[in-house]
Amino acid sequence: MAFENEQIAGIARLARLGLRESELTAYNRDLSRILEMIEAIRGVDAATIEPLAHPLEISARLRADKITETDQRDKFLAIAPSTSAGYYLVPKVIE
Amino acid sequence: MHRTSLKSLSDLLQRREISSQELTRFFLERTERFNPGINAFITLTGEHALKEARAADHRLQHGEAGPLTGIPIAHKDIFCTEGIRTTCASRMLDNFTAPYDATVVARLKDAGMVMIGKTNMDEFAMGSSTENSFYGPARNPWDESRVPGGSSGGSAAAIAAGMVPAATGTDTGGSIRQPAALCGITGLKPSYGRVSRYGMIAFASSLDQGGPMTRSAEDAAMILNAICGLDARDSTSAPQPGEDFTRDLDRDLSGIRIGLPREFFDARLDPAIGGLIMDAVRELERSGATLVDIDLPNTALAIPVYYVVAMAECSSNLSRYDGVRFGYRCENPADLMDLYCRSRGEGFGDEVKRRIMVGAYVLSAGYYDAYYLQAQKVRRLIRDDYRQAFAKVDVIAGPTTPSTAFRLHEKTDNPISMYLSDIYTVAVNLAGLPAISIPAGFLNRLPIGLQLIGDYFAESRLLNVAHRYQLATDWHRAAPETYA
Repeated sequence: MAFENEQIAGIARLARLGLRESELTAYNRDLSRILEMIEAIRGVDAATIEPLAHPLEISARLRADKITETDQRDKFLAIAPSTSAGYYLVPKVIE
Repeated sequence: MHRTSLKSLSDLLQRREISSQELTRFFLERTERFNPGINAFITLTGEHALKEARAADHRLQHGEAGPLTGIPIAHKDIFCTEGIRTTCASRMLDNFTAPYDATVVARLKDAGMVMIGKTNMDEFAMGSSTENSFYGPARNPWDESRVPGGSSGGSAAAIAAGMVPAATGTDTGGSIRQPAALCGITGLKPSYGRVSRYGMIAFASSLDQGGPMTRSAEDAAMILNAICGLDARDSTSAPQPGEDFTRDLDRDLSGIRIGLPREFFDARLDPAIGGLIMDAVRELERSGATLVDIDLPNTALAIPVYYVVAMAECSSNLSRYDGVRFGYRCENPADLMDLYCRSRGEGFGDEVKRRIMVGAYVLSAGYYDAYYLQAQKVRRLIRDDYRQAFAKVDVIAGPTTPSTAFRLHEKTDNPISMYLSDIYTVAVNLAGLPAISIPAGFLNRLPIGLQLIGDYFAESRLLNVAHRYQLATDWHRAAPETYA
């Protein structure tokens, strides 16, 4: 399994990770090694096996439809990098 | 005092022979003395600890104390602590003060334990050496040129150096057991769902589990008593009835069947480690247990399956770090895309970025079936191997790690060589089983760990076997010379 550096840049974009051009080759080498190691599972005949998503195979527990959590807006805004008037601030999205 | 069991510390406190404030000061002093060389802590919370110790003394005076009240503990810096910096050893969370306590932290606080600090770890628990920390690597008290293991390496090193009598850790693929083995302490990974994950910063949600790191199985049982049990705030927390894990510690081992997986003792195991593990297993046999050879035929697939599942879940979990709501934000973002990409690119370290990328890749259209779905199918085969084994035996025994503590930088060039240090631990997380690592001897003056794996929610049985072993041996009492 070998990637083109362009593919690595594509995966990074997909994952919203800003990588420098100079880092691509090292990531390429490491990702290729990891993919090569993972390749071992592809040869297993598991066509009839149900996927196991959760070790205990439990389904989500339901709770009574009651309010149990209080509003903690101020507390959560206090740890944000940038806020104004009770909202998170981000760079302008719509011109 | 720093080699005293939790039970004895508890007795001293209850009899008022020592106060929690004195005990806390004692451990804070040791920490100040030894931490600069070991780097086991990211944050020390001395003032906070003395305040908690005063409150504990008040409880002790007024007969409101439980068995853990007044005893110091350290929390892995993956557990949210209200009002106290919680970094996950990442630049991403360097400035993050948690707005609430993790359930584990809240329960130990209610029990009256005194938090003296937050321990070093691999960034977001991704690693096996604590070298992937934004705050520099932690070191192994048995040999400071070696790693303490990881990802809960700070907790393990802090206990081994006697800076704290107990600590919390988390285990996604071995992160409690492997550092416990490499530092010569006891580490218990409970069954998936036994301990709430609320407020425990998520890495891989179907694998993560918090648990105790201590010097003995008895100490671990006392901590597990306080942290286990259903939590409405974690939808995967199991509705398992509470129990007293210290109750059956002394039980006789006659009739207990211990399984030895052929795949753990094959040619790939260092014969010197294999020999020491067999010595440990024979000790259990002398205590009345029966040894049974078993097969776990899909063992070799555990590492690849684990890394597909863990990386997929990590890429999804870590998408929350967007530079908007909390954590690191880059300087002067040009637009929203630039804000996301640079905040994440600058905030995460290399190993975290590698795992997010592999995760994004195996989940992407065209590869999902071949990698992620296939890994989930093979995960079932691995789980079924263990189920079948537990029809024949009560406990499975083997090595915790394929080697003793390795040197710093020894495995940092190639991620795969680091991943292989988890070869005996990851399957347990894939299956969701409980397992414990206990000290079982030394190889070239470095500790090795015996791993015991139990059936679902059979922590009592595991702790019983581990405790009987610790009654018959004293490996768990050994201390590195400098910190003895």
